Amino acid sequence: MSDAPVLRMESVRKTFGGSVVLRDVDLEVAPHTVTALIGASGSGKSTLLRCANLLEDIDDGAIWLDGEEITDPRTDQDAVRRRIGVVFQSYNLFPHMTVLENITLAPRRVHGVARAEAEERARELLERLGLGARAGEYPDRLSGGQQQRVAIARALAVRPRLLLLDEITAALDPELVGEVLNVVRDLKGDGMTMVLATHEMGFAREVADQVCFLDGGVVLERGTAEQIFGDPRRERTRRFLRRIVEAGRL
Amino acid sequence: MTVTKEESGQEGADDNGDMSGGGDAYVPSRRRLERERYQRTRARRATAIAALSTLVTAVVLYLVVVGAPGWPRTKETFFSGQYAREAFPKVLEGLWLNVRLLFVCGVAVLVLGMLIAVARTLRGPVFFPLRVLAAAYTDFFRGLPLIINLMIVVLGVPALRLQGVTVDPVLLGGTALTLTYSAYVAEVFRAGIESVHPSQRAAARSLGLSNRQALRYVVLPQAVRRQVPPLLNDLVSLQKDTGLVSIGGAIDAVRAADIIVGRSLNYTPYIVAGLVFVALTIPMTRFTDWVTARMDGRRAQGGTT
Repeated sequence: MSDAPVLRMESVRKTFGGSVVLRDVDLEVAPHTVTALIGASGSGKSTLLRCANLLEDIDDGAIWLDGEEITDPRTDQDAVRRRIGVVFQSYNLFPHMTVLENITLAPRRVHGVARAEAEERARELLERLGLGARAGEYPDRLSGGQQQRVAIARALAVRPRLLLLDEITAALDPELVGEVLNVVRDLKGDGMTMVLATHEMGFAREVADQVCFLDGGVVLERGTAEQIFGDPRRERTRRFLRRIVEAGRL
Repeated sequence: MTVTKEESGQEGADDNGDMSGGGDAYVPSRRRLERERYQRTRARRATAIAALSTLVTAVVLYLVVVGAPGWPRTKETFFSGQYAREAFPKVLEGLWLNVRLLFVCGVAVLVLGMLIAVARTLRGPVFFPLRVLAAAYTDFFRGLPLIINLMIVVLGVPALRLQGVTVDPVLLGGTALTLTYSAYVAEVFRAGIESVHPSQRAAARSLGLSNRQALRYVVLPQAVRRQVPPLLNDLVSLQKDTGLVSIGGAIDAVRAADIIVGRSLNYTPYIVAGLVFVALTIPMTRFTDWVTARMDGRRAQGGTT
């Protein structure tokens, strides 16, 4: 498994009704690296992540996870999703469960971990994310930043091979963004392989090993963070980044 | 009194650490005292007016009813103390059957309704016939008048003289009630399932839960919680309709009253039976209102849906 890509996409095409959302998308994500997907809203970032997790069926192309083709119709999709963690923009915590129950649901029900063991691991995660005292709370008693950190803990509880982060700070008040980004920084330090769709350009520039600029469902430009942010080749990338700078987001 | 109430409310409402005026001794301003004095006078006046108008209404109603030309006869036929005393114990005895029916049918209806609702959400080609059957079942039994359902089951089925099939009107009546009510309840559950946002299912699936696990651990608990008020509403309705099993001759509260009416040609026992049902449903409806209000309150506090 050494340096073979964790996630590989080849010529992925996805349409919704008549409109093409992803066109001929290629992507390779090496182990222990962070890939940032940037681009305007509607450029296909979220769809790309949902396809990688098989929440959406693709129309054409293929996706591999650890060298195994997961878009083969005979694949056990539940088994694939078990190896991929996802954090959503809107947290999507389960409102009828406490924080602890949210985090232990998948380890217990999907991975058959004993309750005590699952709870111990959950408490460790919460402690690490600065939420040790919140285990017994219901999600609606938490701030947005706290909810999103719980969502990250929930995704990590099953020790995923790959973590997909879908604009996880987009719904947060500005002063809460930092606490969530810090968690992602820590995860990078641990060597977690991640793909994140984001509008936080400063953050993408800081943590990403690879940056892909999506435009109209096409990966228009890709490269290191330095190259994309410092010396974009395409006119459209330049224009996009200029608008971001004007908005004070970089 | 107003002062303490407001202060404790504030304390309870914010525990986010937002500072609220500090803990130093607060002395209500003269402006506030003046305002409260005025409000108290207004409140006292309002109470006095309400009491007076209630009294006037009651007297007028009493005079109109008692003074109506048919009143003595009505009183004798519908509100006879003698027949009421005779009927009451028998009606209560019969009511025990209604209560048992409510309990057994209630449980059966909830289970069957849930199964039908879940059957309608199943995916995959194997379940196609099940989906169609469940849909046909709810369409049919929601449209079929309960009284016709009861007559077919309670009166019609024994006429078949099938071996091994009961002719007990209570069992058959209970079956008919369950058939109709589980169709209603299935729709309530289905609406609940559909009201759970798709992102919840997506979150569950992305954790690796199978479709069935997502339904069981994530979708159904939320759906059921949300549907408690309409479910209780249906149970109140079922409680009344247990009285319909009397058409098959089962001696419930309605039938017990009927027997006395048939003998005496005095209708007071019906009134007694009716009031007993009303007395039974009132706590249930109040309970439903209370649950609904509590759930709305929680949602209004900014709970996520």
